[in-house]
Amino acid sequence: MAQIRVENLRKSFDQFTAVEGSNFTIDDGTFFAMLGPSGCGKTTTLRMIAGLELPTEGKILLDGKDVTFDRASARDIAFVFQLFALYPHMNVAGNIGFPLKCQGMGRREIRQRVEETARLLRIEHLLSSKTSKLSGGDRQRVALGRAMVRRPKAFLMDEPLGALDAEFRHLMCGELRDLHDRIGATTIYVTHDQLEAMSMADQIAVMNKGRVEQISSPQEIYDRPASMFVADFIGSPPMNFLRFEGGLHCGDRAISFHDTDIIVPEIREDRASAPLVLGVRPEHIRFTDAAPVRGEVFGAEYLGTTQIVTVDTAHGRVAARLPSAMPVRVGETVGLEFHSERLALFDAGSGLAIRTANGGGVRHG
Amino acid sequence: MTAAVAKSTAHSIVESSSRAKAVAGSLVILYAMITILPLVWIVATAFKSQSDAIAYPPKVLFQPTLEGYVNLFTVRTRQTPDFIAKLPPPQTWYDKLVRQHDMVIAGPSKVVPRFVNSLIIGFGSTFLAVFLGTLAAYAFSRFRIPLADDLLFFILSTRMMPPVAVAIPIYLMYRQLNLTDTRLGMILLYTAVNVSLAVWLLKGFIDEIPREYEEAALVDGYTRLQALRKVVLPQAVTGIAATAIFCLIFSWNEYAFAVLLTSGEAQTMPPFIPFIIGEGGQDWPAVAAATTLFVVPIVLFTVLLRKHLLRGITFGAVRK
Repeated sequence: MAQIRVENLRKSFDQFTAVEGSNFTIDDGTFFAMLGPSGCGKTTTLRMIAGLELPTEGKILLDGKDVTFDRASARDIAFVFQLFALYPHMNVAGNIGFPLKCQGMGRREIRQRVEETARLLRIEHLLSSKTSKLSGGDRQRVALGRAMVRRPKAFLMDEPLGALDAEFRHLMCGELRDLHDRIGATTIYVTHDQLEAMSMADQIAVMNKGRVEQISSPQEIYDRPASMFVADFIGSPPMNFLRFEGGLHCGDRAISFHDTDIIVPEIREDRASAPLVLGVRPEHIRFTDAAPVRGEVFGAEYLGTTQIVTVDTAHGRVAARLPSAMPVRVGETVGLEFHSERLALFDAGSGLAIRTANGGGVRHG
Repeated sequence: MTAAVAKSTAHSIVESSSRAKAVAGSLVILYAMITILPLVWIVATAFKSQSDAIAYPPKVLFQPTLEGYVNLFTVRTRQTPDFIAKLPPPQTWYDKLVRQHDMVIAGPSKVVPRFVNSLIIGFGSTFLAVFLGTLAAYAFSRFRIPLADDLLFFILSTRMMPPVAVAIPIYLMYRQLNLTDTRLGMILLYTAVNVSLAVWLLKGFIDEIPREYEEAALVDGYTRLQALRKVVLPQAVTGIAATAIFCLIFSWNEYAFAVLLTSGEAQTMPPFIPFIIGEGGQDWPAVAAATTLFVVPIVLFTVLLRKHLLRGITFGAVRK
């Protein structure tokens, strides 16, 4: 088990920079998710940690030891691929035992370890099957088995559930987290699916265009996004952004939003007048007749226990999550009341959060 | 037929009608007969006597004899019947066969060494071309190589003219290097011609193998070469087999360079077979026997690898 540290990691391919100056530390035993849209550099970062790609600049430390330019095989790390990469010319037992064979372990010991691993993953009955005959989930388990059998320092997983169908993905999420809790190995999990990251990870790094935007626990990321990108990427539907212009003073408890005062968490920094953004999560909106921000209901999307109601306001379209029992008529005018303690403020220019009592202003990476 | 055609234009996969199957089947059989008939005729001619071989109208039914094969493997001299009568009685069946035509066996012919040359040069150059081609194709497929596209085009461009166009320079070069009429020289020459084909064919096959396989092996503790040998090659076996067949067919059949560059030591079968005609009249059965022998290895090789060959040719045609 190991601590993984990444310092000023940068990778560029010819003109294109895939990863720009990443810094983070993953503590021993942490389930760490790297989350971001495709092309954000998360897979490249993972491949550099695995040793499948060499960084242009920066350092990778494994338990304090610099492994930046070590061979992949010398790092004692296991990698799980999206396509599973099970060797088609070997059966299940052959696949799981392969890393041990690479190390030159004796046949009997390999057999014992393979059986042990298969029992842990509940695939003992499949050991002599051909990999091409397996279902998606079983292939996934075999790929995990191949990673686990060596008892490596860390697991790196590149969208391991990406090739599974939605229903099964949910099941495997639970299994993966359960497995992590049992063996407690440091895990880096790359995904573009926020639900996977939120449900499994201890820590999430949200990446965008080669940069780490924020590293925090899932709750922190959701409740106190460090930037508009994070706020927009996490949550479905994403956070509403309401643009306005104004200055801020340390200690203010309210902002002047298009001539109406809106109570916000206490402001912790001074700002000259500039274009700003008020961030509101859909579930922090209530319909109240008296509220000063008003709009016309555009449509409603029924989701079972809740419904997403979109409202056209003078400052843009806003999505609100309301109990589905609440009657809503398209075209009616409603007032929007915001849950003051949960509001976020961003600088419209840089996209970064402004420091308030609710967080913000802290940037990692 | 019309129904099947109408359905197939709708881009659906339809079970073809039994009449369509019958037509398709008979076309295939007709084509097979056209291609197989000359081969059958050659195999039959090898068992004919010299007079049966040139009989007109051609004889389909004949008294089979091994004369053709005996003549192929031996050198004979013509003697007077008196001389033959004075000789001790023939020791073997082939002695007897030869003496019926007033001849005696003077020794073995050169067919065996020529055949061995063909085997060594054909398989040797095929092995080398596929070996080098695999390594080069792997490198082109997996690594960032400066000017990779230009290099690949350059490799392919060696195929853009008939190889014989460079016959004279190669002849002069080989004379300087003392490579004329050596097996090594012929192996190198055929390898050089085949390697371009091998690189291009194999690159396509290796491109189709997801890199994750060898990356998984690299993470699990293999070196790059071990990963290539234990993980990539077993999956590329189809492509390698198909490539090997194409290379072997080329170097096995090659005639022009063989005539130009070999005369004795390293002579292969293609330039040797015409020589048989000249020895003791037009000995068509012996020529047919030589041709039959010449065809056997390539048929065996292809039959052994046919599963791979078929998959090799259609590989990548359909996305899995």
